[in-house]
Amino acid sequence: MQYIKTLSGKNLKNTIAKGGCGECQTSCQSACKTSCTVGNQKCENN
Amino acid sequence: MIKVAKIHKFYLNNKYIVLDVNSGGVHVVDKIVYDILDLYEDHTREDIVIKLKSIYGEKAVIDAYNEIAILVKEGILFSEENNFDFKYNESNIIKAMCLHVAHDCNLKCNYCFASQGNFKGERSLMTLEVGKKALEFLAKNSGNRKNLEVDFFGGEPLMNFQLVKELVKYGREIEKIYNKNFRFTITTNGVLLDDEKIEFINENMDNVVLSLDGRKEINDNMRQTINGEGSYDIILPKFKKMVEKRGNKDYYIRGTFTNKNIDFSKDALDFYNNGFKKISIEPVVTSEEMDYALRAEHLDEVLKEYEKFSQDYINIKRKDKDFYFFHFMIDLNQGPCIIKRAVGCGAGSEYVAVTPEGDLYPCHQFVGEKEFLLGNIEDGVLNTELRDKFKNSNVYTKEECRSCWARFYCSGGCHANAYYSHTDISRPYKLGCEMEKKRIECAISILANLEE
Repeated sequence: MQYIKTLSGKNLKNTIAKGGCGECQTSCQSACKTSCTVGNQKCENN
Repeated sequence: MIKVAKIHKFYLNNKYIVLDVNSGGVHVVDKIVYDILDLYEDHTREDIVIKLKSIYGEKAVIDAYNEIAILVKEGILFSEENNFDFKYNESNIIKAMCLHVAHDCNLKCNYCFASQGNFKGERSLMTLEVGKKALEFLAKNSGNRKNLEVDFFGGEPLMNFQLVKELVKYGREIEKIYNKNFRFTITTNGVLLDDEKIEFINENMDNVVLSLDGRKEINDNMRQTINGEGSYDIILPKFKKMVEKRGNKDYYIRGTFTNKNIDFSKDALDFYNNGFKKISIEPVVTSEEMDYALRAEHLDEVLKEYEKFSQDYINIKRKDKDFYFFHFMIDLNQGPCIIKRAVGCGAGSEYVAVTPEGDLYPCHQFVGEKEFLLGNIEDGVLNTELRDKFKNSNVYTKEECRSCWARFYCSGGCHANAYYSHTDISRPYKLGCEMEKKRIECAISILANLEE
């Protein structure tokens, strides 16, 4: 493409089937303890 | 009915960026695409060409339009909401625990949400019996989850370090019986760190959170010893030693910013210049009446500071890829599934806090609030109504999240922030939302710059 560079073409819809395993880190435990950011967590079931 | 935006676009750090809210698609675009996107849903291609050809030329507008159309077809631009049978933790599995091993502290930080360590109650230390039962409770209630997280917290957990050591040992014993993997972490102010503790922590803890506030004068204004003296000079050398010896294992040096240091990027850079590379600096959580609280009047300045820091961050990252700021980290391709993104931290459901007496609360920030008592480690979760309330509080149920572009990044925000601002966990903390949105924009613009 000339005008668009896609950084992420992952579609969240595709995570519905295998999602929700619950193995990933509890977001708030890891560094902040006072907020919630999930977008920076890693999936452990990829 | 409010029209819910399907995309969010912004310009930051010299990049035009478009997020597709429902798919999670992220695109860096030229200005021509950025402009067409404003018209795309409500205008025909011909109309758009007429409107924009004088700026970009007819062929360019058509080509850019066609590129957009391809992404729409692929489902990563202007995608529709995912309607699916949303199920979350139906078996009430618990997989993470904040273990309050000491409701006591050797600092008296002004902004402490634990009321200087005791969470509004008596000063107390957890016993080995309670600690063991808590670990057993977690193992028994964790269903088929393999990885279980236990954070040693306080007050100050090093004030009960013998217990920490014994619980790590006990955890290693029972993880074999229950076929689990405990991931231990600790959150400490560092005052009591010595060589022996550093060695033990580095060997046994997957992550450590080291509390310090950046510049000496900022830290010493808020984080004081019981005698009212600054703690910086006591703590800094200990944290440096700890991190030096830690090798590649995770840690975060974690500061708090208040309205006294809205220029917190200077604190982050101070950390960096002191050799710390994994940094988290959090907005203070406190009542609006406190003189150091962050209020609406500070918001613009805070948001500008995040932007400024994102530029500094890009410059440092270009030279040093090992530098991390927790809120600027984002994983666009290996990130969490939609279910995790919808429910967030799992407080009150997958995640609980345990007091020294063995009482259960939805998370560490609710400890001591009587109406949030969930149960105890002997009898388990007794207040199932409260658990269900937390479980059902997610981006699909919170009205303000329904129309927010950031919902699949912040996951509805912090329950405690919501409660302490509105006495209602279903109403997000507005100031927190605005800061979080800015952090997400910064994080993505950083990625866009570093991908070049």
